[in-house]
Amino acid sequence: MSKPLTILYFAWLRERVGRSQEELDLPPSVRTVADLVTYLADRGPGYATVFQNRRTVRCAVNQEFADPDAPIHPGDEIAFFPPVTGG
Amino acid sequence: MARISVQTEDFDTGAEIAALTAGRTDIGGIGCFIGTVRDQPGPKDAAASPPVVALTLEHYPGMTERAIERIVASAEARWPLLGCTVIHRVGTMRVGENIVLVIAASSHRQAALDATAFLIDWLKTKAPFWKREESVDGQGTWVEAREADDEAAARWHSV
Repeated sequence: MSKPLTILYFAWLRERVGRSQEELDLPPSVRTVADLVTYLADRGPGYATVFQNRRTVRCAVNQEFADPDAPIHPGDEIAFFPPVTGG
Repeated sequence: MARISVQTEDFDTGAEIAALTAGRTDIGGIGCFIGTVRDQPGPKDAAASPPVVALTLEHYPGMTERAIERIVASAEARWPLLGCTVIHRVGTMRVGENIVLVIAASSHRQAALDATAFLIDWLKTKAPFWKREESVDGQGTWVEAREADDEAAARWHSV
């Protein structure tokens, strides 16, 4: 049995999805960040809102910024968040 | 060796500079940037919005520290730094309070000043922090990223 993904949400994405963290067994259709976004967008209204405009969503895989074509493996920590606004 | 801290507590700028320079005789210039909470809202319909009373900073524990370490390493690769401090607060801060402190020391002023500007420009665009403004009427708004910040960060790619 392969390890599930840990998915984290931050800022307004967290509020819309309604949770800060969840675990998900890697779906067979998901090989990249873009695949995961497509998969998650179908999970419910909150997810659909978050992932409908992909230009406003950034991603990190294992705590490194990741492009849509970045590969995803079992056990990865995937984070979704808006463009950063610190400093 | 840089000092990096992500913390809820306020910082003492004078004490941080003193700690960075203690016992050193080779430092000739120290650049310092302090970001503070202002009452004016962010870029989105700033004119129409009521004044800000507080700011809440959310971050991605773990990734934040790694990202800052990488930004500091980039600065150290570009300029001959003799010391560097980056302190970024998280949690809720009232108007007028400190948010972020960047100190860069070098033997000459230009490296210290440029490295300081570089560090804050990259912190604003490459470290996972998010600001939420709370206005006098109790409304909370997530601050939107500014293109001007991306442009400020991008100008260093040619350095």
